Amino acid sequence: MSFLRLLARNRLALAGLVVMACVCLLALVTPLLPLAAPDITDTGNRFRPPFSEGALLGTDHLGRDLLSRLLWGTRLSLAVGLAAAVTAAVLGAAIGIVAGFYGGRTDNLIMRGVDMLMAFPYILLALAIVAALGPGLMNALIAVAAVNIPFFARNIRGVTVGIAHKEFVDAARLSGMSDLRIVLTEILPNVVPVIVIAMSTTVGWMILETAGLSFLGLGSQPPVADLGSMLGEARAALITSPHTSVVPGAMILVIVMAINLLGDGVRDALDPRLKSGALNRPLPATQVARDAPVPAAQGGAALLSIDGLKTEFRVKGRVYRAVGGVDLDVRPGECLGLVGESGSGKSVTALSVMGLVASPPGVITGGSVHFDGQDLIGARYETLRRIRGDRVAYIFQDPQATLHPLYTIGTQLVEAIRAHHAVPRAEARARAVDLLGAVRIPNAAARIDSYPHELSGGMRQRVGIAMALANDPDVIIADEPTTALDVTVQAQILALLDELRRARGLAILFITHDFGVVAQLCDRVAVMYAGRIVETGPTDAILSRPAHPYTARLMACVPAPGGGRRRLATIPGLPPSVDDLPAGCAFAGRCDLVQDTCRRGEITLDPLTADRAVRCPTPLRAGAPAS
Amino acid sequence: MGSYILTRLLSAIPVLLGLSVIVFLIMAMIPGDPATAILGSYATPENVAKLNRDLGLDKPLVQRYFIWLGNMLQGDFGRSFSLNRPVLDEVAERFGATLVLAGTAFVICSALGVAAGVVSAARQYGAADKAITFAVLLGISIPSFFLGMMMILIFAVNLRLFPVSGMWPIYGARDAAALLRHLTLPALALSVVATGVIARLARSAMLEVLRQDFVRTARAKGVHERGVIWRHALRAAMVSIIPVLGIQAGFVLSGAVYIEIVFQWPGVGRMLVDAILKRDILLVQGGVVLVAACYVMFNIAVDVAQSLLDPRIRT
Amino acid sequence: MTPALRLTDLSKTFDLGKRLIGPPRARVRALQPLTLEVPSGETLGIVGESGCGKSTLARMLVGLLEPSTGRIEIEGAPLDRADPAAFGRRIQYVFQDPISSLNPRKTIRQIMEAPLRHLHGMTRAARAARIAEIFAAVNLRDAFLDRYPHEFSGGQAQRIGIARALAAEARILILDEPVSALDVSVQAQVLNLLADLKTQFGLTYLFISHDLAVVEAVSDRVAVLYFGSVVELGPAERIFARPRHPYTRLLADSAPVVGRRLAAPEGRETELPDPLNPPTGCAFRARCPRASALCATVPALRPDGDGTEVACHHPLDPEQG
Repeated sequence: MSFLRLLARNRLALAGLVVMACVCLLALVTPLLPLAAPDITDTGNRFRPPFSEGALLGTDHLGRDLLSRLLWGTRLSLAVGLAAAVTAAVLGAAIGIVAGFYGGRTDNLIMRGVDMLMAFPYILLALAIVAALGPGLMNALIAVAAVNIPFFARNIRGVTVGIAHKEFVDAARLSGMSDLRIVLTEILPNVVPVIVIAMSTTVGWMILETAGLSFLGLGSQPPVADLGSMLGEARAALITSPHTSVVPGAMILVIVMAINLLGDGVRDALDPRLKSGALNRPLPATQVARDAPVPAAQGGAALLSIDGLKTEFRVKGRVYRAVGGVDLDVRPGECLGLVGESGSGKSVTALSVMGLVASPPGVITGGSVHFDGQDLIGARYETLRRIRGDRVAYIFQDPQATLHPLYTIGTQLVEAIRAHHAVPRAEARARAVDLLGAVRIPNAAARIDSYPHELSGGMRQRVGIAMALANDPDVIIADEPTTALDVTVQAQILALLDELRRARGLAILFITHDFGVVAQLCDRVAVMYAGRIVETGPTDAILSRPAHPYTARLMACVPAPGGGRRRLATIPGLPPSVDDLPAGCAFAGRCDLVQDTCRRGEITLDPLTADRAVRCPTPLRAGAPAS
Repeated sequence: MGSYILTRLLSAIPVLLGLSVIVFLIMAMIPGDPATAILGSYATPENVAKLNRDLGLDKPLVQRYFIWLGNMLQGDFGRSFSLNRPVLDEVAERFGATLVLAGTAFVICSALGVAAGVVSAARQYGAADKAITFAVLLGISIPSFFLGMMMILIFAVNLRLFPVSGMWPIYGARDAAALLRHLTLPALALSVVATGVIARLARSAMLEVLRQDFVRTARAKGVHERGVIWRHALRAAMVSIIPVLGIQAGFVLSGAVYIEIVFQWPGVGRMLVDAILKRDILLVQGGVVLVAACYVMFNIAVDVAQSLLDPRIRT
Repeated sequence: MTPALRLTDLSKTFDLGKRLIGPPRARVRALQPLTLEVPSGETLGIVGESGCGKSTLARMLVGLLEPSTGRIEIEGAPLDRADPAAFGRRIQYVFQDPISSLNPRKTIRQIMEAPLRHLHGMTRAARAARIAEIFAAVNLRDAFLDRYPHEFSGGQAQRIGIARALAAEARILILDEPVSALDVSVQAQVLNLLADLKTQFGLTYLFISHDLAVVEAVSDRVAVLYFGSVVELGPAERIFARPRHPYTRLLADSAPVVGRRLAAPEGRETELPDPLNPPTGCAFRARCPRASALCATVPALRPDGDGTEVACHHPLDPEQG
């Protein structure tokens, strides 16, 4: 089973598992071992040190054998801790699922009750319960379980709310399932991993808590002892006979630590977010591991010259070649469109330029990016940082997620300016107001103190554009800047971008999946498929007479408005996975003009006319003069 | 902002009422009758009945609750029979000592925990991260009472660096230096678990935030990595760290019970345990209600801090 | 002939900031009262931008949301109670996000069997036969049945979603942005499949999308929604080519099209009105170049020749194009 395999891969968790297995085994066989009776007092032999004759770990203040008491105490502590954890988890999860699934008033009432219980520091509630029920191990168990129910309930409710709003739950309703059946077959299987995670990470804590109540004399009552009450009894003799304290204390430490290690392993193995590798922090700049010689800049007049760029993602032993050797030139003042479907590598190309690909798992493995004559791949972090946002700026797709939610847009604009220019705050702020005016945000002087959530999507994207313009960059890389917007807003943003670039002589690398957008905005276009550029040239030429079969067929798939009701052209099959690319042309499997040469060797991007190139051995009657 | 604080304060009223109901009900569950407990088992039935009447115990439960609540609101929490003094006086005196201990521990664990978590996340998989992760694992696995005992053994008994127990020296001046010497070991012992929990959470919150798009935006703007970590990522991570600080404050307050016993600290936790063992119900009741009420107020302060940080909550 | 679907004064108001007792803090009208008929066998396209109420409408039509007012009739029989199981046999839903509409912890077979068991109480053998039949219709291999949803691409997952909707044997399908999560090359495959299924099973579609070109390519008639109201309803081949409502015109002009120069269709930087503070009169008038004093009153949706209905005091001239 994959869960066990994942768990076993985690060496620390495995160590915890081994230790826990040993402790549990010892606890199980304790009654069978030839041990002294744990509760027989022998005051003549009080406080004998460890390794004494007949008492391996010594004796306590009543002359009882410590080893025997330790094993019996462990047995008791484990049993009580586990019982409390299971009780709290089951009851808490049940409450949480009911509240989360039904929502509304039920949820409101239950969660107010839970909040009420959580308003107590937990020990006060536990003490009150023990005070009412009287000291005793069973009552301590009830108290610890009761105190932990609200934590489980709240946690599980949160998860349940998330799942109950998933579309598959709606689909189950439409399939005629009853609420009970939906809870049992749709919700529960998705919540169980969370319950297991919550339990495995809190069992250790529960054992500590029950031991604590016993330590206070409110749990197990003499002569029976769990680990906590052993410590409590030993406290009086802490200074004279420390071993009576150290023995049970160390045992608790070992057990809880093993459980915590195991719990973390269980969490890592079950957490769906960790499925594709651990939760990694992206480094300040993408890692670079180039083994081949660095290509020189090819494009003579280019401002930004990308040559042979290769970027891959290394996830769990698999290598995804997202960008497999891309050449692009952005010339001063031009808008270059980079078009492709999802997974074609267009965004990764854009992010690689300034080392913004999340790394790990991203690695740039080859090629160069020359800006102003300097190779940026493998450049020092400080060099990159100075260029980012100052000479080369980015506009990202989703303006909701790309602005910091807790700072005003003014603060964020001022920061963008002051990251590169030591200007006084007031001056930077005045410039920020100008920028907001330049992207036509109405009433800029007042809007500058708004938080991103107070703006609409279109306004947020204008802020994103203003931020990119902050330091008058030479190149703007726009990564699907209008994809998340509605059409009428998209039209406004595109018009704004077009106007700004003409007024300021900006060069733009515009990444999109939409041919319509490319047609309206870009001077030249490059089409990407499976990590390679398959065709490049002037926009009008490519859109009117595509040379690569992929370009042609992709454009045919897009329904153009005004065509009325009709059957759409399709491309059969799916793009190949970039961790398993075929030899030759990646499109060969879906191409109706495929020939034997298409499946062999490296297919190069060959010039077709002076300003066009195509990666295809048999391009469509391209290059012919426009008729 | 003012109206937000006001609504939060008003919303505390039902919580406090609910809290008093829970305490009252738990205490009403206690088997046997308090009059017998107070007068002893040799009391005549007439005397028991009279005391029950005097205590109002012959009235229906709901009526008793409102009488009890009314008395509390007037500051009358009854008298502790074991200490023979008003509950309120005793709790107020003891709670001061607990606040000094728990407050110090809370400051230590918040500062240390958040800092350790941020460093650990920023240096993920580095030596600092591994060291912190191991220390945190040890910290959350060790029982605080055992840790306290070991600290006494090592730092007080063997090395003689700190006093063994108590809040003040038996002889000598009760000044800040004396308090600090007495406070060091218990406050450290008390803060260890919470530091671990906070550091863990801060690390994972930071890792989560560092993957967000707005962090990439900050980097694309050319913000220095220091600013990216401490200004952009930590600020956003604090949104999920602050509620945990509130919860951990409750855990520190709870852990103080053990530490007060181990270090003979004259706090409210030790008082409560003694009162339970002596079945001094009024003292338990009063102590629980007062401490819990303070904790509710503290949590309101946490919510207000959260709203200062996150503009999305305020509106 | 009875229409497949008839909506009478259907509307939805959401309560915001619900309290434990007492009235909510605010009410938002997500959908203005809507009256609509969809003849059997038609594909009615519904177009609008985010927040226009198109998803609210869709969720009411399948019983996932209870209407605030109005009634839904399917083939002449009313369905007023929001009970998805009662709706399920007669009207089904295809979700926007194909992956998240499939429970990650169930096999495709378990997912496909649910409607057959719970809506039709079929035996095991009957279910297997029916699933095989449906899978053949949507071009999916039987081998997929024992796999889990995460093993499929978006396009395959959407076929599974369509297969599940077909399994309920409903005659009406609500398609809520069924291709907007897919790439264009895959999108075309799914759209053609939907067209084939419609002929094969005699279905009626309500096709919701934000993409004008897609809606136009699949629909018989199109309804344009703006801020919770239908502003124009007309034949698909005409509505974007010769719009009558200024908003339809704006939508048509905003869509980026190969071979048309970029021009800002709107001079002003205006956006959707605030639902918490709705405008009086025509919701579009603040953005409308033809707005006049008359527009302070809400225009009703009224017939305007050749099967068109438009809600505007100053409709565009149909001959202008």
